[in-house]
Amino acid sequence: MNYLDQFRDKELVRGLSQRIRTLTQGRGKPLTFMEVCGTHTMAIYQYGLRTLLPPEVRLISGPGCPVCVTPNGYLDRAIALCRQPDLIIATFGDMMRVPGSSSSLMVERAKGAEVRIVYSPLDAVRIAVKNPGKRVVFLGVGFETTAPTIAGSILAAKALGLGNYFVLASHKTMPQPMAILSADPEISVDGYLCPAHVSAIIGANAYRPLCAEYGIPCVVTGFEPTDVMQGVEMLVRQALSGESRVEIQYSRVVRWEGNLKAQAILAEVFTPFDADWRGIGVLPGSGLKIAQRYQAFDAELAIPVAVEELKEHKGCLCGEMLKGKVSPFDCPLFGKSCTPESPIGACMVSSEGTCAAAYKYAR
Amino acid sequence: MDNDIILLGHGSGGKLSHQLLDDLIIPLLSQTPSAGQNDAAVLEFKGGKLAFTTDSYVVDPIFFPGGNIGDLAVNGTVNDLAMMGARPLYMGVGLILEEGFAKSELSQILASMRTAADAAGIAIVTGDTKVVPKGKGDRIFINTSGIGVVEHGLRIDGAAGRVGDKVIVNGSIGDHGIAVLSAREGLEIDSGIRSDSASLNGLVGELLALSGGLHVLRDPTRGGVATTLKEIAIQSGVTIMLDEESLPINPGVRGVCSILGLDPLYVANEGKLLALVAPERAEEALRIMRQHPQGRDAAIIGELTEVSDGRVQMKTSVGGVRGVEMLAGEQLPRIC
Repeated sequence: MNYLDQFRDKELVRGLSQRIRTLTQGRGKPLTFMEVCGTHTMAIYQYGLRTLLPPEVRLISGPGCPVCVTPNGYLDRAIALCRQPDLIIATFGDMMRVPGSSSSLMVERAKGAEVRIVYSPLDAVRIAVKNPGKRVVFLGVGFETTAPTIAGSILAAKALGLGNYFVLASHKTMPQPMAILSADPEISVDGYLCPAHVSAIIGANAYRPLCAEYGIPCVVTGFEPTDVMQGVEMLVRQALSGESRVEIQYSRVVRWEGNLKAQAILAEVFTPFDADWRGIGVLPGSGLKIAQRYQAFDAELAIPVAVEELKEHKGCLCGEMLKGKVSPFDCPLFGKSCTPESPIGACMVSSEGTCAAAYKYAR
Repeated sequence: MDNDIILLGHGSGGKLSHQLLDDLIIPLLSQTPSAGQNDAAVLEFKGGKLAFTTDSYVVDPIFFPGGNIGDLAVNGTVNDLAMMGARPLYMGVGLILEEGFAKSELSQILASMRTAADAAGIAIVTGDTKVVPKGKGDRIFINTSGIGVVEHGLRIDGAAGRVGDKVIVNGSIGDHGIAVLSAREGLEIDSGIRSDSASLNGLVGELLALSGGLHVLRDPTRGGVATTLKEIAIQSGVTIMLDEESLPINPGVRGVCSILGLDPLYVANEGKLLALVAPERAEEALRIMRQHPQGRDAAIIGELTEVSDGRVQMKTSVGGVRGVEMLAGEQLPRIC
């Protein structure tokens, strides 16, 4: 099985596109499906899938970009940390250009701060091992897909007896925001394309309560173009027949109970807390912070710094964007004063940001 | 006394500098003996048009699969001249060396430069060497200038693209960037990909047979094919429609890009050119390329569809359509 090509098969996609067209033909009000995963946002734009769907089906993006839903305060703290002497910030690449209240990690690096891009949190542990005289802080941003490896890095650091490895954690969890959006009378969602790899960790069962309470179909969908098209087709079928169940389209990876080992690691290293989501507000139990027994690795506690006063940029519609109420093209700043080169909000520069995707692929 | 490394004194202009030139740099690079050296090389020229280019090389790491900073510098300079349809003649080389840099590595780099220059038919006729204290450089940076002569009367220019033109690339894209990235410390990717660094003047020489049918030539280095085509689209005032399925991409490059979240359209190339050719000459251009060692995997990857303010779009591999923008920010720093 050639995993790179077979799930990108043109004929399969064409067939699915045709079926969706036939099923929805003549329907008055378009069906609105929301994805809540930045990788879905990107995949849909990258393959031009909207151009293969009929006008009766509308795909919108929700709060699926972990960098975008993290309020400015987190980045301001990271910047305050990187200005400390003998401190190395290790981060995934997409944090570099995200604007904080007055600066960004890229600008700080140009001014001399030690900021290193890594592809895995274990690389950050390696940096800590190689630099015993410096403190290494890994920026732990992401949903349940990345949280287990970050938890793993803390366990690895503990096993190595490291005293100079820290994580500045800002993990968010699903599906809490989906419940808020479902209850919002201004947003009318006919179905959710549920995130593929988050679901691989938390399991498809996680969406059952939401589905039962709000009666909105949920299909756990993969990222390849055939996956997305099939996920949409499955949502269309449910919506048209008035059903609302949880289904797994991405059956080759996602199980109903999820990945129990990853869940165990998360429970060991992190505890849930009430996280602040940009545009949505504080949601109970929707974030992960480092558990007390691993406090020694928590950068926020172990390295206190003065953080500048929070400044949210006026006119920035990231918050509304993340609720799917506004599309990039509706924002008066999009492509004018807010561009990838000089961004005003995170949505424009995060590698999973809605505006970044629209700017790159759909202008 | 450590004879194996570059010392600050080697950049002073005095005795140590002359020793470095006589013992190492001239024997490896130059055809002009010490007695004939002056501040500038005076070159015979019978009138006509000159092409002149300059380039700097800061690639990291300096040795990578398929090449090193030296032959990269030579090929890159030759190619800039070749993209104007010029016959490369002479180049100059400026070296900025960091104190402590190993002479053995410098020798290897210079020897590669000479080999690459001979293969391209360009002569290295002038140069300069500076040394900076340890910590103030990064082993070696290279600056070059190149001169070539334009003997054809054609207009080969970024603004010369016309609706109907076909876009042709001479082979697989993304190889150089991925080869360099794979060799970067900390990544340890065994992709088997080698840089495509090569001089393209021979291939361009063959393509000049297309005469008025050859409109634009450009090499997609930093920023990749996407950025280069966007530049051309803006200069020529056209929309370019790419066909994703026709893009020649090595499976290894596809794989590494998939894992790291990179797009091969934005990855640097150092042995590739994009040719915009009149539609009725496209098959001929393809034939010319495929008969040449630098063009065996040449392919038509798109066409210019309409007049516009300069857009690039792509028909995706699954039949959708999406936009292609210029690279924003730094995808891969220090790639050439």
